[in-house]
Amino acid sequence: MIAGFTIAQVVVACAAGLLCLVIGLAGRRPNDLTLGAVVLVELLLLAQLVIALVAPGLGNHPAGSVPLFYVYLISGLLIPPLAVFWALIERTRWSTVVLGVAAFAIAVMVVRMAQIWTQQSS
Amino acid sequence: MSVSQNTESSETPAPARRTGGGVGRVLVAVYAVLAIAATGRSVFQIIDRFAEAPVAFVLSATAGVIYLVATIALAARLRRLAIVTITVELIGVLVVGTLSLLAPALLGLDSLDPFGRESTVWSAYGAGYLLVPLVLPVLGLLYLRSASSRRATG
Repeated sequence: MIAGFTIAQVVVACAAGLLCLVIGLAGRRPNDLTLGAVVLVELLLLAQLVIALVAPGLGNHPAGSVPLFYVYLISGLLIPPLAVFWALIERTRWSTVVLGVAAFAIAVMVVRMAQIWTQQSS
Repeated sequence: MSVSQNTESSETPAPARRTGGGVGRVLVAVYAVLAIAATGRSVFQIIDRFAEAPVAFVLSATAGVIYLVATIALAARLRRLAIVTITVELIGVLVVGTLSLLAPALLGLDSLDPFGRESTVWSAYGAGYLLVPLVLPVLGLLYLRSASSRRATG
């Protein structure tokens, strides 16, 4: 993992989560802005996957459990598409809130992934 | 979008009154994430390091299964099953959370680090899951109560 990229990713995911939560609680249905924010979170996660696959070859090895890292990464990759799919079929304000919940979940999972990558005992 | 926003208020109230509709959808989503997180992690802990804290890991896996059932009960609008499973969750997080702080050895826990390798879903009242396991059952029961009182009066 690359520390700077990971921090940026957590910040973006939190911002997307807050944005969707506020817009959703204000009563708006999922729109291009909220859906786009969650798609961005997913794209950054895909970039993280590429980084995780390439990094060990460049001497950047994970300290913790590799399978556990990929359990988080792969289940994380599934969450934003599910939330977007949900938002597209159920067009209510609550789907916007769900988009926010998905983005926050990704933020937490990326923090855990960083922990597993950097600490021996996670 | 601006056109559809104006009409939303007249469309949403009806589904919002049923269990599983409206704000209940958000509850289902949060429950689903917690169920996957708790089940996934405990399965990994049981496969990878079961001997370290067998009691705690089995409790964690049980919690995960209860969250899965609660998620399905909320989504499928099985009110009674939802109340039972959510009540069990609340009791579980309070009892196991208290035990983990007062007598960690009873659960086989050496470390109470909420983000450490022995962290489980109910240890330290769910601190390793940002206290979501403590807050969620309370919100769930409040939601089920308000959903039923709205149905009774309206």
